[in-house]
Amino acid sequence: MAGAAGPGTGPGAAGGDGDDSLYPIAVLIDELRNEDVQLRLNSIKKLSTIALALGVERTRTELLPFLTDTIYDEDEVLLALAEQLGNFTGLVGGPDFAHCLLPPLESLATVEETVVRDKAVESLRQISQEHTPVALEAHFVPLVKRLASGDWFTSRTSACGLFSVCYPRASNAVKAEIRQHFRSLCSDDTPMVRRAAASKLGEFAKVLELDSVKSEIVPLFTNLASDEQDSVRLLAVEACVSIAQLLSQEDLEALVMPTLRQAAEDKSWRVRYMVADKFSELQKAVGPKITLNDLIPAFQNLLKDCEAEVRAAAAHKVKELCENLPAEGRETIIMNQILPFIKELVSDTNQHVKSALASVIMGLSTILGKENTIEHLLPLFLAQLKDECPEVRLNIISNLDCVNEVIGIRQLSQSLLPAIVELAEDAKWRVRLAIIEYMPLLAGQLGMEFFDEKLNSLCMAWLVDHVYAIREAATNNLMKLVQKFGTEWAQNTIVPKVLVMANDPNYLHRMTTLFCINVLSEACGQEITTKQMLPIVLKMAGDQVANVRFNVAKSLQKIGPILDTDALQEEVKPVLQKLGQDEDMDVKYFAQEAISVLALA
Amino acid sequence: MSSSSPPVGAASAAISASEKVDGFTRKSVRKAQRQKRSQGSSQFRSQGSQAELHPLPQLKDATSNEQQELFCQKLQQCCILFDFMDSVSDLKSKEIKRATLNELVEYVSTNRGVIVESAYSDIVKMISANIFRTLPPSDNPDFDPEEDEPTLEASWPHIQLVYEFFLRFLESPDFQPSIAKRYIDQKFVQQLLELFDSEDPRERDFLKTVLHRIYGKFLGLRAFIRKQINNIFLRFIYETEHFNGVAELLEILGSIINGFALPLKAEHKQFLMKVLIPMHTAKGLALFHAQLAYCVVQFLEKDTTLTEPVIRGLLKFWPKTCSQKEVMFLGEIEEILDVIEPTQFKKIEEPLFKQISKCVSSSHFQVAERALYFWNNEYILSLIEENIDKILPIMFGSLYKISKEHWNPTIVALVYNVLKTLMEMNGKLFDDLTSSYKAERQREKKKELEREELWKKLEELKLKKALEKQNSAYNMHSILSNTSDE
Repeated sequence: MAGAAGPGTGPGAAGGDGDDSLYPIAVLIDELRNEDVQLRLNSIKKLSTIALALGVERTRTELLPFLTDTIYDEDEVLLALAEQLGNFTGLVGGPDFAHCLLPPLESLATVEETVVRDKAVESLRQISQEHTPVALEAHFVPLVKRLASGDWFTSRTSACGLFSVCYPRASNAVKAEIRQHFRSLCSDDTPMVRRAAASKLGEFAKVLELDSVKSEIVPLFTNLASDEQDSVRLLAVEACVSIAQLLSQEDLEALVMPTLRQAAEDKSWRVRYMVADKFSELQKAVGPKITLNDLIPAFQNLLKDCEAEVRAAAAHKVKELCENLPAEGRETIIMNQILPFIKELVSDTNQHVKSALASVIMGLSTILGKENTIEHLLPLFLAQLKDECPEVRLNIISNLDCVNEVIGIRQLSQSLLPAIVELAEDAKWRVRLAIIEYMPLLAGQLGMEFFDEKLNSLCMAWLVDHVYAIREAATNNLMKLVQKFGTEWAQNTIVPKVLVMANDPNYLHRMTTLFCINVLSEACGQEITTKQMLPIVLKMAGDQVANVRFNVAKSLQKIGPILDTDALQEEVKPVLQKLGQDEDMDVKYFAQEAISVLALA
Repeated sequence: MSSSSPPVGAASAAISASEKVDGFTRKSVRKAQRQKRSQGSSQFRSQGSQAELHPLPQLKDATSNEQQELFCQKLQQCCILFDFMDSVSDLKSKEIKRATLNELVEYVSTNRGVIVESAYSDIVKMISANIFRTLPPSDNPDFDPEEDEPTLEASWPHIQLVYEFFLRFLESPDFQPSIAKRYIDQKFVQQLLELFDSEDPRERDFLKTVLHRIYGKFLGLRAFIRKQINNIFLRFIYETEHFNGVAELLEILGSIINGFALPLKAEHKQFLMKVLIPMHTAKGLALFHAQLAYCVVQFLEKDTTLTEPVIRGLLKFWPKTCSQKEVMFLGEIEEILDVIEPTQFKKIEEPLFKQISKCVSSSHFQVAERALYFWNNEYILSLIEENIDKILPIMFGSLYKISKEHWNPTIVALVYNVLKTLMEMNGKLFDDLTSSYKAERQREKKKELEREELWKKLEELKLKKALEKQNSAYNMHSILSNTSDE
C-alpha cells in the first residue's frame, strides 16, 4: 500500500479552509480510488452526505457523471451504489431531474452480478414513478428499449423488470413498442432472459389492456409454459395466477386451462412442484367452478405424485384448499375427493410428506365439524401421534388448539400422553426443547388436574436435564405455567420442588433453583418471594462453588425490586456486602453490581 | 430470479417443520435413509404396467438376412423401462433387457457393417428412451459433493449398458455423422447436457466421453454445444449455484479450447472473461478448480494478450473470507505465471503483487505459505528479479512486518529467506526501504487520521445544508403538494 497516493486533490490539501464546496467531491474521488474496498464502500454508502453537501446542481453536473464513469468496481461497491441511487431523486433536484439518475443505473443494470443488477432494477423502478409522463417517454422508455436490445443477456434480463412500470403511463404508440419488446424477450435465445421474462409475465399482464392480455399475453404464456427448459416452464405457473385473475371464466377455460392442466402433469417434477406450491393462489384465481372440475383432480394426482417433494408441497396445501372451497358442498367434496388421499399420506414412506401433512391436518377439523372429526380425522391424528418420526408427532401436538375448539382435547388425551412422554424423553435435545414449548398450551387445554397428574413430573424432570438449553427452557416453562394456573398452584406444586433442588449435590442443579427463582418471583409476587424463596437464596450465598455464589448475587439483583425495603436492608444487604468481599473476582463483580443497582451502597 | 430454483426451495419447504426440531440430525437421518435406497429416475410414469419381455433369439444365431430385422426388434424391446426402485418387480424382464443390452453392445462393437442407415432411428430412439429423463430432486438439499456420498442412479444396471452401447455406436468405424445428424440434433444435445447435473459420478463420466465424441464428430453442433454449456455455466454462477457436472463440462472445454484456431474469435474471449473468470466466485470451486484453471491457462497459451484481463479478473474476484479458495487462486496464479510473457508480466505486476503482499501476510498460514512458495519458482524468481525496482517496494512492508510478528514459525522462516533473496537482488533499494519503513508507517497512520477528519467535516457540512433545507422545507412542501394534485 506504500504507493497508494491518491491522485487529484490530496485530502491534506483539501483540508484547508479554502472553498468548502469543493471539498466533498475531492474527498469522494480520493476515497473512491482507495486501494481498500472497505473505504470505497464507506464512501459510497455516504453518497447522500456528499450529494447533500454538494447541492443539487453540482450533484447533477459533477457527481453523477463521475459515478457513471467510475462503474468498474467490485460488486459490493456497485450494490451499495445501486441502492443509494434509488433514493437520490431529492438530491438531484426532485422529479424534474430524476432522469439524471438513469445513466449510472443503466450501466449498473448491465453488470454480471445478479444482486447488483436486481438492485439497479429496483432503483430504476422506484425512480420511474418519479418521472413525469413526458420525461418517462423521453428518457425512461428509451432506456428500457436499449436494455431490451442489449448484446449481453444481463441487460435484457434487467429490461424484463422495467416494462410494467413504464407501460401504464406511456402513450398508445409507445405501448405497442413496449409490448413488442417484451414479446421478443419471451422468445429470447438465452434461457436466462426467458426466465426473467417469464417471471415478470404476470406482473406485466396486470398493467395491460384486457384485449392485449388475450391476444398477446396468453400466447406468450402458452409458449413459455411449454418451453424446453423446465426452469422456464415452472415460472409460467406463477404467471398463470396473475393472468387467471384477469380473465372471465369463459376465456379462462379456453385460453389458460389447457396449459395449466398440462403443467400439473408436466414431466418435470419441478413444474409439478410449482403447481402444488402455488395451489391456493391458483385456486383463488380460477374460481370455484374450475376448481371443482379441474383443480381437485389435479390435486389428487399431486398428492400421489411419484416425487416426495411434490407430495409434500401438495400436503402443505390441504387445509387451505379445503378452506377455500365454496361452503356449499364443501363437506361432501372433502369427504369424497380429498380425504381418501389424505389417508394414504398418513402412512407415506417419506417423513417430510407425513410431517407436512401433520402440520395442517388438524385444521380440517374446524371445517368438517365435530362428528366427521371424531369419525374420520381422529384415527388419522392418533396414527400420526404414534408416527416413528418425531417431527410428525410434534407437528400434531403443536396444532392441538384447532382440534380443541371442535372436539375438545380429551378425546385425544389417551394417545396424547404417551406421545408427549416419548417426545419429552427423546434422545435429541432439540425435540425435547420443541415439546417443552408446547407445554403451556397443553396445560391450558388439558386443565390443571390432568396436568398435575400426568405432566407435572415431566416438567420437573426437565429441570435436571443434562443439556443447559433444556433446563433453561424448563425454567421459562414454569413461569408460563404459573401465569396460567396462578400463584396458589405455584406455591403448592412448583415452589417446594424447586427449592428442594437448592440442596442438590450437583451445583448445576443448585443453580437451576436460582434461575427458577429469577423467573418465578415476579409471577409469584412479593409474599411467596419473601417468605419462601429469599431464605433459600440467602442460604446459598455460602455455597462453596463460586458460580452458585455469583448467581446468588444476580438473583438478588433480580428479585430485589419485588422485596420490601425491610427485607432488602436487613437481609439482602448484608449478604451482598459479604459477597462483595468474596475471594472470587466474578462473585465480587456481580455482588457489587447488585448493590449499585438496588441502591444499597 | 429467486423463484427460478425450486429444487432447493422444494426440499426446504418439506423440511421446514423438522428444521425447528433438529437441524443437525436431519442430515444423518437423511443419510441413513439414503443408504437404504438409491435414487430412481424421476420418470413421470405414464407407461402403465408394461408388458412382460419375452426373450428374442440371439443375434449370432440369426441369418444375416434376419439379423438386421432382429437388431431393430431388440432395440425396440430395450425402449421399455423398468422401475428399479422396486427391486422385486419384473425381475425376469429386467434380466432379459440386461442380457439384450449386453448383446447389443457386443454386436455393434465386434461386427462391421451392422450400423446401416435404417438402424439409426431405432438406435437413437432406444438411447433417448433410456437416458433422457428428468433428474429427481436431490435427496439432500444441502448436498455437499466434497463430503456426502452421491446418490446413485437406481437403474444403473440398464443405463450403464445403454451408455456403453451409445459409445460403441459413436466410436464405430461404420458410424456416419452425416446420417446421424438427423437424429442427434440440437434438441438431443440439449437433453444430453441437462443430464450432466446427475448426482451419479459414473453417469457423468460416461456423459463426458459421449459429449466429447459428439463434439468431435458433429461439426454442425459445435457452436450450439458451446453456447449451451455457456448457458449452463451462467445459470450455475448467477442463478442456482448448483450443477453437478461442472467439472466434467470444463474438462471437455479444456480440450475444445486447445483446438481453437488463432486468432481467437470474440465469442471465445467473451466466454473466458464473462463465464470462466466469474466462475471462480462459485461456492463449490474446489470441485472443479483444477479443470477451470486448466481452461484458463489453455486460453493464455493460445493468446498471451489475454493475460492482463484474466489476472485483473481474478484479482477482482479474489476471495475475501475463504482461505481454502485463496490457496486455489494462488495456485492458479502460479500456473499463469509459469506461462506468462515478460512483457505481459510488466502490465500486471503492480496490482498482482499488491495482492500477493496481502496473501503473504495472511494470518492463515496455508495462504501465506502458498504465496511464499512463489519464491521457489525459478521462472517467477527471474521475473521478480527483472522488475525488482517495482516489486520490492510493494512487498517490503508486508514481509518486514511478518518477519517480526507472524505467529507461525514456518512462515517467519520462509519470509526470512524471501527477504534475503530480495535483498540480494537489489541491496541498495532494500536498505533504503528498511530505513524508511518507520516513516512510511507513520505517514500511513497520519493519512488514516486525516481521512477520519475529512469525513467528520463532511458530516458537518451535511448538517449545515440539511438545516438550510429545513428552513425552506415549507416552501418545497407546498410546491410538491400542488403538483401532485394535478
